[in-house]
This record gives sequence, C-alpha cells and structure tokens, in this order.
Amino acid sequence: MSMQPNPMQIENTLPVNHEQLLAELGRDQALDMLATMCLIRAFEEKAEDLFARGMVHGTMHLSIGQEAVAVGATRAMQQGDYLLNHHRGHGHCLAWGSDVNLMMAEFLGKETGYCRGRGGSMHIANVEANNLGANGIVGGGLPISVGVGLSIKMRRTRQVCLTVFGDGAANEGAFHEALNMASIWDLPVVYLCENNQYAMSMPVTKAFNIERISQRACAYGIPGETVDGNDVLAVYAAVRQAAERARSGQGPTLVEAVTYRWRGHSKSDRQAYRTREEVKVWQQRDPIRRFAALLGLSEEELAAYTAEAQRKVEAAVAFAQASPEPDVSTILEGVYA
Amino acid sequence: MREITYVEAIREALAQKMAEDPTVFLIGEDIGIYGGAFGATAGLIQQFGEERVIDTPISEAGIAGACIGAALTGMRPVGEIQFMDFVTLSMEQLVLQAAKIRFMFGGKAKVPFVLRMPGGSGTGAAAQHSESLENWFVHVPGLKVVMPSTPYDAKGLLIAAIEDDNPVIFVEHKLLYKIKGPVPEEMYRIPLGQSHVVREGKDLTIVATSVMVQRALQAAEQLQAEGIEAEIIDPRTLRPLDDEPIIRSVMKTGRALVVHEAVKMGGFGGEIVARIVESEAFDYLEAPVRRLAGLDIPIPYNRTLEYHAVPQVENIVEEARKLVKGAY
Repeated sequence: MSMQPNPMQIENTLPVNHEQLLAELGRDQALDMLATMCLIRAFEEKAEDLFARGMVHGTMHLSIGQEAVAVGATRAMQQGDYLLNHHRGHGHCLAWGSDVNLMMAEFLGKETGYCRGRGGSMHIANVEANNLGANGIVGGGLPISVGVGLSIKMRRTRQVCLTVFGDGAANEGAFHEALNMASIWDLPVVYLCENNQYAMSMPVTKAFNIERISQRACAYGIPGETVDGNDVLAVYAAVRQAAERARSGQGPTLVEAVTYRWRGHSKSDRQAYRTREEVKVWQQRDPIRRFAALLGLSEEELAAYTAEAQRKVEAAVAFAQASPEPDVSTILEGVYA
Repeated sequence: MREITYVEAIREALAQKMAEDPTVFLIGEDIGIYGGAFGATAGLIQQFGEERVIDTPISEAGIAGACIGAALTGMRPVGEIQFMDFVTLSMEQLVLQAAKIRFMFGGKAKVPFVLRMPGGSGTGAAAQHSESLENWFVHVPGLKVVMPSTPYDAKGLLIAAIEDDNPVIFVEHKLLYKIKGPVPEEMYRIPLGQSHVVREGKDLTIVATSVMVQRALQAAEQLQAEGIEAEIIDPRTLRPLDDEPIIRSVMKTGRALVVHEAVKMGGFGGEIVARIVESEAFDYLEAPVRRLAGLDIPIPYNRTLEYHAVPQVENIVEEARKLVKGAY
C-alpha cells in the first residue's frame, strides 16, 4: 500500500497563528505583501495576454495561483540574502523587489531588460541584488546553492540563500547531491519546494510514493516542513523559521509549500492530464482572495489593489515596447568575462 | 633551474594561489587527508585547513555546482574531478549552467572557477577511467579548456586559469604526473590562449596536445636521425585556440600532422585541420593534412590492446615519415 500525497488535504506541519503573524508583520507590510501578490497576478495575466496577441517570441511559464509562495518566502528573507529560483520564476523575481519595467523588457527580449534580452522569461536574474537567476533546467539551481552556501560560510557574512524549485526537481539526482552536501556542512540555505502538483503533466500522486515531499528531509538529517502554499502567512512563517535556523549556523531546512498551477505548463499545454473541475476547486482557494479576506478587505478595496497592479504592469509594457531591440552588432558580447 | 614533477608543479600553483588569495579554495573527492587520487593536493589540508580544502561526498554534479555558486558570489574555487571520465556526471552544471550564466544574464555575472581533472589512458584503468573528453568542452562557448603538457606549463597555466574570470576546464594527464622538468619557484603566468612552438623544424608541423607533445618530441629525435626536422606546436589552450603559430608553421613546412589521444572522430584534430585548410596555409600544403588519434574504441584493459589504442612514438615517427616522403 503506497502512501501517496493528497493535495486536497494540506495540513501545516508547524503551527501557523495568523493573528500573531499579522501583528508581527504590521498592517502596512501585510498590505504590501497583498499588493505584491496582485502585481505578480497582473504581470502573469499580461504576459498571457501579450502571448495570445502574438507579441512574445518565446515561451513562458505562468505562476498564476502560486503567488503566496513567492511573496511569503521572499518576505521572510533579509536584505543581502540570495535567491535562486526556477523556470516558473516571474513571481519570485517580482517579490524580490525587481523592477517590473526591466522584467517586462526582458520578457519581450529588449536591450533594456535585466539580461539585455539574452535570457528571456526563463533566465531573469539581477546579480546586483543577489538574485542569482531563474533556471531553465529542472533542479539546475540546486547544486549551485551548495556553492552559494559555502561561499557565505567562508566569507562569514551571515547571509542565507533561498533556493526555490518545484516538485519535479525533487526527483532529480541533483536534489539528493545538493541537500546532502548542504546538510553535512550546515550550509545557510533554505530549500523551498514549490509543489504545484504537476511536473509538466506528471502528477505528484504518480511521481512520489510518499505522503509529503518534505518527508525526504529525514534522509538528510534536516528539518522538513509542509505548509499550505496558498496561505501566504503559512509560507512566510515556515521560511522565516528555516532562514533563522540557517542564519544561526544550524544548516538547511526543506520547506514544501503545496500550491496549484492554474494555467498549463507552458504555452503549448492542452492540459489533457487534469480536469476542469480540479482546476476550479483550486481556484476557490485563490491565495490573493484568501489573504484579502484575512485582512478584512472589501471587494472594492481588493479591486483597487488589482487596478494599481495592472497600472504598473501597463506602464511596464509601455516601457518595454518603447525600448530598443538588442543591436545585432553586439551578438557576441557576454560569452566571456 | 630547479626540476620538479608535473604533479608537484600543480600542487605548488594551488598552494601559492591559496596563500596569496583568500578567495581561492579547493573542493573535490578525497583531496584532503588522502591528498587526491593522484596526490595533487597532498599536504594542502595540513597547510590550509578543512575549510579551504574541502572533501566532498561522491557527488560530481554537486562539486561542479559548488564551484559555480561560490564563483558567482565572490570566490575563486578550484574543483577536482577524480578522473576525467566522472565529469560526465557534472555535465549539466558545466554546460548548461557555468558556460551560459554570463551570457544568459546579459554579461552581468561572472563565474571564475577552475575544474581540474586527469584524463588519458596508459595505466590499465580500462574504459571508464581512461577517457580523453576534452573536445566535449571545446564545443561549448563560455568555457575555456586548458591542457598542459609539461611541469612548467602546468604551473603557469594553472595560476593563469585560477586568475581568469571564466570557468576553465583544466585537463591533466595521468602519465604526465611523474615527469620532471624545470619550474621556477616563484609565481608566474602563462596566458590562456597562447600556443607554444615546442621544437622548431622545417620539414613538417606536428600539432600535439598533452602527453602526445612528449611523444612527439621523442619521435622528433628519431626523425632527426633520418634527416627529418619536425616542428612541434602545443596549443596548450584548446579554447580559446591560438591558431596563428600553427598556420604560420604550416606555411613554412608545407606539411601538417595532428596528434592527440582522444578518438579521431569528432576530436580536436578536426578543428586544427579545418583551421589550416581554411587559412592562407592551404596554398602552401604539399601533402594532405593528416590526423593521428585514438582508435574509434573505448580504452581496453589488456596492456597490449591499451598500448595500441592510442598513438605511440613509433606511430608518430611512421606517420611523419610517410608524410614527408610523399606517401600521401
């Protein structure tokens, strides 16, 4: 009899006291977190719209429905910390404080983008802000996190590296090598598994024979927590605890945030592997609406946040569209330092 | 000048860079108390401590990733892959991450690290511990590939590689570790991307890499007795490749032989031949350009079979003789 995950029953493995967390954050920061979630939603919806209108050259991986993971996790980090994230990474990048104009410009392949249009949706980075980049290879950032952790330890800077990857990456060999190395050396890394239920079309119920991905932590002798990834405060609490542990030299933690991808894997996904009903059920658990309700906002108040986010994204599109294309004469630049 | 071995030259380069630069550290399998499978790091853990000479679990992707992550955040790691064959387990990190990070991020990041690894056959280690995979990396923009053939070059190239701001694949050779040669005690650098005319001659140009440079030198002695003067060029850095001395040499000699240990098909020799025939040297050729390389087989275990799997001195002599005598 196998123990398979039941995504519909997400029980936090650590206590989440919403009132206390809200009091600690303060209302201003809580509202700012909501605003960031709205910004991510607006960015992704605009990306989808631009794509549908044939204005995007490449592909994209939308994180609509997963905004609580990006915002909850990044708010738990401190100035100077590092971020490594994955291909579905617009949300983490925005929540890290990135400039929405430069992100949109990169998405549209413009010279003014974060990566001068060379990276695109899957490779947005801002090394100056210690955002070490999204990664097009599933699990590709995991071994890199070991080096970031070692470097922090050797430089004695008390930074922490937040490493975000998906449920799919947890089945890569790199996951094993990285978590083991981070554990034996007590590296200051938070491993955040953003379990959105599907590795492209492969559901976690078929890809794992354990109840929770966080159970794998015991194989590395580190703590493992699972939280409701559609509850921004639950993600915040778990990542904050993991970051504190990492910063105090006690080593890494594996945090699993269970969430759901509302859209297909990428642009070409017909979603034959799941039902519309399943998607609808998860849309009832909309992380933005849940947080707005917890904050006691009215429909009108939430609509105002959404409108402000959409305004910023429209301005970003205008910036990107007015930006120059990379000059072909620069095509060879940036291969070598 | 003082003479030390190739492996001692590597150890000295590591020790001198570590003493000079606190951001340099070593990471790999059995490089601490054990001293590295071939002794390259012997004594360094006693000198620099466990924090800077880091023994890892058997995790080659992890070693490569550790180098990348540390390099991205201000360090200059030097990783060791115990046998070059095992770098196949690091390929994703090296090819898809290290080589591409700078370009993908619009030239706004740098990844300065060196990954050392011994390649080559001749030790009876058979098919999974004897490969010469350097051309896999030569094919990847963003990586640099260095292949020293003498103790002097090993030290000077390794110091330059550690100081380089790019990922450098540093390919050593098991059979070279014990050869001795003159090496200055102080630090010095051999710039990456500089070919070296190892021996001058007028009758043919031999372009050789790694252990084949030593074999070509021995072959040249025998050829000299027959009145054939071979010019030998060691590219030393395969990527970026300094082809100018090679082209100039072929314009002088009119004949070219490329020698490497890796299998011929898809090997580095093809690139050298292409550079020659694409250049002005083409008009000076008096014979077809020839390649002498490993047979198209995995390295066999049996001593005799292993010997015959890759070019030896007598093969170079014979091939050079045929080329000069107009057999082709």
